[in-house]
Amino acid sequence: MTLSSSAAPHTLTQLAPELIPLRDKVLAGERLTLDDGRLMFATKDMNGLAALANHVREERHGSRTTFTFNRHLNYTNKCLYRCMFCAFRRDGTEPDTVVMDEAFVRHKLLTEFTDEMTEVHVVGGINPDLPFEYYTGLLRTIRDTRPHLHIKGFTMIELNHMAEIAEQPVEWVVEQLKDAGLASCPGGGAEVLSPRVHRKLYNGKLPPHEWIATTKVVHRAGLKTNATMLFGHIETTDERLEHMDTIRKVQDETGGFMQFIPLVFHPENTPLERLGKTTGLDALRTIAVSRLMLDNVPYIKAYWVMLGLKIAQVAQWYGADDIDGTVVEEHITHDAGATTPQGMTTAQMAGLIREAGRDPVLRDTLYERLQPIAD
Amino acid sequence: MTTFMDVAHKVHDGERLDAADALVLLRHPNIAAVGQLADEMRARLHPHGEVTYIVDRNINYTNVCVTLCKFCAFYRRPGDPEGYDHPLETILEKIRETKALGGTQILLQGGHHPDYDIERYEALFRGIKTGEPIHIHGLSPSEVLHCAKVSKLPLDDVLARMAAAGLDSIPGGGGEILVDRVRKIISPLKTKSDEWLGVMGAAHRQGLRTTATMMFGHVETLEERVEHMSRVRDLQDETAGFTAYIAWTFQAPHTQMADVPMVGGYDYLRTAAVSRLFIDNIENFQASFVTQGLDLGAVGLTYGMNDLGSVMIEENVVSAANCECLVEISEMEKHITAAGFTPRRRNMFYDRVDDRGQIVERHHDPAWAAANPAGDVRPSAMAEQLAALG
Repeated sequence: MTLSSSAAPHTLTQLAPELIPLRDKVLAGERLTLDDGRLMFATKDMNGLAALANHVREERHGSRTTFTFNRHLNYTNKCLYRCMFCAFRRDGTEPDTVVMDEAFVRHKLLTEFTDEMTEVHVVGGINPDLPFEYYTGLLRTIRDTRPHLHIKGFTMIELNHMAEIAEQPVEWVVEQLKDAGLASCPGGGAEVLSPRVHRKLYNGKLPPHEWIATTKVVHRAGLKTNATMLFGHIETTDERLEHMDTIRKVQDETGGFMQFIPLVFHPENTPLERLGKTTGLDALRTIAVSRLMLDNVPYIKAYWVMLGLKIAQVAQWYGADDIDGTVVEEHITHDAGATTPQGMTTAQMAGLIREAGRDPVLRDTLYERLQPIAD
Repeated sequence: MTTFMDVAHKVHDGERLDAADALVLLRHPNIAAVGQLADEMRARLHPHGEVTYIVDRNINYTNVCVTLCKFCAFYRRPGDPEGYDHPLETILEKIRETKALGGTQILLQGGHHPDYDIERYEALFRGIKTGEPIHIHGLSPSEVLHCAKVSKLPLDDVLARMAAAGLDSIPGGGGEILVDRVRKIISPLKTKSDEWLGVMGAAHRQGLRTTATMMFGHVETLEERVEHMSRVRDLQDETAGFTAYIAWTFQAPHTQMADVPMVGGYDYLRTAAVSRLFIDNIENFQASFVTQGLDLGAVGLTYGMNDLGSVMIEENVVSAANCECLVEISEMEKHITAAGFTPRRRNMFYDRVDDRGQIVERHHDPAWAAANPAGDVRPSAMAEQLAALG
């Protein structure tokens, strides 16, 4: 549907002049270019940018904001890689190294998970000690102990590592995991899909082109995934935009992404501590730009653990339509200095959303069951 | 029924908003749209694209207090072993450190200590002005009234003697919500609305500039927020003495009101923006990063605020309520830049200062110059700097 500018909401008539051509493209449903993206990162009219992103957000999702009742399970923190942005990894010799065996996982599931939870988010380090059977075993343990849980597990990095140790193609790995209960994959590990950033910050880990190739395999196997972007370190504005463009192209091809999740880099306890953390305004701007650039990705998540609760609230007016879940036990961001709570209750999540002027809706992982939460 | 569009048109036309308009905005869910209006007004008043901040230090000369406000985590009753009362030398040492960091003023506040009469305050101010001269942005209406009561003197005499002894301006603390229903609940022993406004008006008429605050997000209604804004605006119409308005949210932890749910970033931004729009006669609006954090505080700069407050070399009142927000100057400037503005350091009068605290650009406030018989004058130390500027 094309709206003339006179019929546009008031907020869209008050834009800085440089945003007017963008508004017209957005209202006409035209795809924004990288140059448009550069303009959105440069404009001083944050409220105008918010109005544009919010327009798209409300056209797609109205006034609802979704969240899930989930819990994280970080099965190991021992990791081969030494990514510069990570405070979670351990060599394996430290006393706080974690490797969860089957009994431990089963105990955790029985004592710390509940029947009301709908999702378990399973990610871990690239731990060379674990054989391929560990992963299928982990999935089966979860499925057998808590059969109703949707298992969203393993980044593209973990899947590739499994392919290497199993000496099988990724396609085979995905089939084995699906068979053991894997239902979708999280969006982590994409970092910034730029060869330069890869070389400088996460060299050794799966390079961008292989992250993309693995994602396509997973999508073709019928599993949905998310896509993240870890921003606010050494990446340039152009690299952020190229990252978004890459995701957009993959999505054109596969349609397999559910959410795009811009993640604020937390530098504390990482080798990049001196960089400092980026600003809340940069986070809001990046969320808004993501909403506008990624016209084929249905959902934009404001991940409260990394954004902080206040910015996660406000972000719901800057393009975000989801704030993730209850999480409950989070290690990766908290090891890097996050001061947000470890977890939230569903009532707290709903309250956070309602207080931000949105209608809270509890969702399952694949958005198949949507449950509005009454006041 | 007033609609958002009606209010938007009023803002575009530069018309004053009434209470009904403010309530429409306070209930409007799209905060970025309210922010857009407030930003339009900010741009009209501050077209230069600068956002200011100040380097100063909070010195809480005593935490002994007889007023026992429920929202306060700072005070100790007389006789409490955790009570303190800084000797002058301690305060002078803190001022020396402040100056070494390029600070332009001290924010000198304390509890309502039963021993602080006018002689005690005169000695304190004179001691500072002779020992380590600096701009004293000090006390609050309730401290001034407390002093008048302890000294058994009329308010005007107390203010005149304080000013003569070296008090340069008065912060707007204790404004809370200027509605007595609210004050009776949250701070029954502190100044009533008329008293708070009475001290500010009297101070303005004696040539002392002050700021105004609003602490919201506790027991007040939206209507009471607007009444607060309205009372401040009325006084400003009369005296033009307020330099700035600061809205901040109630911080519950460690107070007797810890069970009151805290206002989030969303309501903060909307209320701050509406303050800017409604109070059309105060020039400067500060974003409260102390209560909101720098991330959200800086977002306030796109919601009509044109100042990010103080880097706060020391802060006791808020931090006792579990808020640790002291920031580096570079962080402050980074956030201002991210909001699309040029960071500038200022003093209490919004003159721009350099990194040693020396005035480099005078700020003119025509409304104050017109309303104040003496004109837009500065305390003597600043007057010298301004004369040197030419």
